[in-house]
Amino acid sequence: MRNSTSAANNLHDHEITTIHERQLQLRPEFKKVFHVKIQKRKKLFQHLFYFLFRLAAFINFAALAIIIYFILSNGLNAITWEFLTKPPVDSMTRGGILPCIIGTVCLSICSVSVAFPVGVFSAIYLNEYAKQGFVLRVIRLCINNLAGVPSVVYGLFGLAFFVIYLEMGVSIIAGALTLGIMTFPVVIGSTEEALKAVPDTYREASTGLGATKLQTILRVVLPTALPGILTGGILGISRAAGETAPVMFTAAVFFSPKLPSGIFSEIMILPYHIYVLATAGTEIEATRELQYGTALVLITLVLSMNLIAIIYRAKLRKKTKI
Amino acid sequence: MDKKLKIRSKNLNFYYSQFKALHDISLDFYENQATALIGPSGCGKSTFLRCLNRMNDLITGIRVEGSILIDGKNIYDPSIDVVSLRGRVGMVFQKPNPFPKTIFENVAYGLKIKGIKDKNLIAEYVEKSLRAGALWDEVKDRLNNTALGLSGGQQQRLCIARALAVNPDVLLMDEPCSALDPIATQKIEELIHDLKKSYTIIIVTHNMQQAARTSDITAFFYMGKLIEAGKTDTIFTNPALKTTEDYITGRFG
Repeated sequence: MRNSTSAANNLHDHEITTIHERQLQLRPEFKKVFHVKIQKRKKLFQHLFYFLFRLAAFINFAALAIIIYFILSNGLNAITWEFLTKPPVDSMTRGGILPCIIGTVCLSICSVSVAFPVGVFSAIYLNEYAKQGFVLRVIRLCINNLAGVPSVVYGLFGLAFFVIYLEMGVSIIAGALTLGIMTFPVVIGSTEEALKAVPDTYREASTGLGATKLQTILRVVLPTALPGILTGGILGISRAAGETAPVMFTAAVFFSPKLPSGIFSEIMILPYHIYVLATAGTEIEATRELQYGTALVLITLVLSMNLIAIIYRAKLRKKTKI
Repeated sequence: MDKKLKIRSKNLNFYYSQFKALHDISLDFYENQATALIGPSGCGKSTFLRCLNRMNDLITGIRVEGSILIDGKNIYDPSIDVVSLRGRVGMVFQKPNPFPKTIFENVAYGLKIKGIKDKNLIAEYVEKSLRAGALWDEVKDRLNNTALGLSGGQQQRLCIARALAVNPDVLLMDEPCSALDPIATQKIEELIHDLKKSYTIIIVTHNMQQAARTSDITAFFYMGKLIEAGKTDTIFTNPALKTTEDYITGRFG
């Protein structure tokens, strides 16, 4: 203790002497010029970096705006009542995309009902129960790696494991499980974030009142963290809704004349439909408008889900006000 | 001393992993008395307070030796149910920490986790506790507003009411006024005065005047040791030891 303070004192003395010496070396007239120069350079850097930061932030906005403008201008003409409520006809060169819309919605809901409970429960375990140590580090490593696996690898895994090995066939359930595994990290990440934001004083207060750990988690921690957790869930859904690669082998089909009847049905989904129309259809050029129209529907679906998440979170925040 | 013994700490040693935070603390607390624990920061008074309802259990790597008897039973005995112990030994924290719920829900919380479902009974207890916490008149018209809208002093009284609702015998207070202004502090001190009639109160404080005003017994901690304990009057006017005198006269700490 005493050693460390005296060392700190020495360091301090040393700094003071060197600064002092330097100041002595500078002649007064030189010092003034030098000072002004430094001031100018500092100001320049201030402005430069402010500009860079702002530019970077603006690029985000511009990127989204351009995407939306592009899709709107190309696809808006395709949107008709028939497009939204009828199945495709004539080798998918005309007609609507109703099966794709329904398929995407079903698949998203099913996959989040896989990912949400498991993700939230794991986050609770990791954040509230697990003790720091080897096991925890391994689990975290797994979660991080899960997030880093390319989505097409999930697709192949789902095909091999769910579709073929577990004999689920190409179906909503196989796709939902594959997507669910893929969205674990998203749900776990946002849930953990939300749990960490709950002040420890709440846990202390609850424990001090004679609550068990489970009561504390269920009655104080989770309600307080709810906005963040639900946001994670909805982000998970919108992520799942937009994915193509993991479901093209596990749930989606090129064309299906029927609407899905249960979790073992194969389905059409929006992203895969765009892919099919744009690469493998019979009339790629002629269906451009349909492709953009489908993209417009998909992006509207995903963005409105995100919007709901944001509004809902804001509402809950007002109520609990962390 | 004609008062009834409530809590007896016997040769209590406490370790945070390697660091020994409490050395051989033996101290008695009596029913319907307020005991103040004073001493400079890091002297172990809060650690000691948190031993009394085993809040320290939440920290990993702690070790306790010796015993604390409440009503004659050692609370560190393996057969003790920690959860029900904390129901009997309530705690009020340094910073007011109401839950982000309504005023009513805050007070009702302890009742609900006990499994009480009868709405009328809960409402009755909530009113009683808020009255005991000297907050009822200020909040009776807005019980369903969020507790976070209350002032700091009101929040702290709410926390006291919340602790009282579970009907403890002992109330531990960890610097309950350190985040409050003088007027709110005065209200809490008056409250402590009233609560003494029905509870055993143990209060950690940095404020010497507060210790003198609120407590019957004062215990002075220094470097993890109990230096001196006795009647508050005696400690403040005629302490037996030089260290105690130096501290209470503000020569260090």
